[in-house]
Amino acid sequence: MNPQGSPILTLAWTFAVMSLFAVGGANSAIPEMHRVAVDVHHWMSDKQFTDLFAISQLSPGPNVLIVTLIGYAVAGLGGALVATVAMCLPTAVLAYCVSRFLTRSTRSRWPSIIQAALVPLSIGLMAASGFILAQTSDRTWAAILVTAGAAVLAATTRLNPLWLLLAGGCVGFAGLLG
Amino acid sequence: MPADSSLAAVPAPDHLTSPPPSLIALFVAFAKMSLAGFGGVLVFARRAIVEQHRWMTADEFNETFALCHFLPGPNIVNLSMVFGSRFRGIAGGIAAFAGLLGPPLVIMTTLATLYSRFGDVDALRRILAGVSCAAVGLLFSVMFRMMLPLFKRRDAVGLIVLLAVFVAIGLVRLPLPAVLLVAVPASIAVTLVMRRRAAI
Repeated sequence: MNPQGSPILTLAWTFAVMSLFAVGGANSAIPEMHRVAVDVHHWMSDKQFTDLFAISQLSPGPNVLIVTLIGYAVAGLGGALVATVAMCLPTAVLAYCVSRFLTRSTRSRWPSIIQAALVPLSIGLMAASGFILAQTSDRTWAAILVTAGAAVLAATTRLNPLWLLLAGGCVGFAGLLG
Repeated sequence: MPADSSLAAVPAPDHLTSPPPSLIALFVAFAKMSLAGFGGVLVFARRAIVEQHRWMTADEFNETFALCHFLPGPNIVNLSMVFGSRFRGIAGGIAAFAGLLGPPLVIMTTLATLYSRFGDVDALRRILAGVSCAAVGLLFSVMFRMMLPLFKRRDAVGLIVLLAVFVAIGLVRLPLPAVLLVAVPASIAVTLVMRRRAAI
């Protein structure tokens, strides 16, 4: 909307709009964040984006806070704050309004229909997230093996995901990913 | 836990939940669950709200979360606002929202500063490369878990929608708003038709 203007305004506008289209949560919005940050605005490289994703997964707090890292990379401290508020506040206010409306009105079957209709969409978006990130992170067979191993262990055991991330970090540190 | 003994002393079923939390209690509770939540805060939110503080029953929590899940945006952030405002109005919503986001925001900006300074150090690059491989694996495992019910139901329409969205976003790299403006109405229409047909 405002590519020539202040980067802070661009961040605010970009993430406020994006949040309204983030169906199924933060990880579904990864492809759009990547498209905007890497392809449209050239704020960072593929590798930097994947690094920020790794950091956001490794840190406590909601996964959506990858926008804090993107905001910081674009415009420092102010960018971090603006990107976070822009991504989180509009939909939180929307949720507040809808929850007040729903408690007043009678029970409708629409929420359940919309929810059922959105499930395949958000899974498709998550698949796209994984695919886009893997194009940067999984360039060697060893890397693909780590990804596949983490996926299988996370799907079949109740292991805390943090251990899998740390194990991946150790494998990387040891220089096994080539 | 003293909560159990007090529970026995209160006979009325609608007193199964605790008295409403103060603003500070909301802020602290959401800050705690946020900082405990590596790789997703929801599990910790459910534990704190339902089991530890007994601010909501499991059913109330599920209903509130379902609403926040079907609306756009980060689910757990939506939940903090809806949950806080239910007890203490808008101020309560803001207290929970700030508790959830404030402390990790400080951590994130610290990490961002470190990354901007040391991101080029070879050891850090290798570590982050390994972490992202594992993180992508985690993403695929969540995706797989969500997909399983579609396969079990042989939900061909759902799988086609899923595939179409993947191709449009992941391969063609179309903008998200454009894709959703087509896909959301289409998916809702198909879901409606399928339900009508199932009802007949």
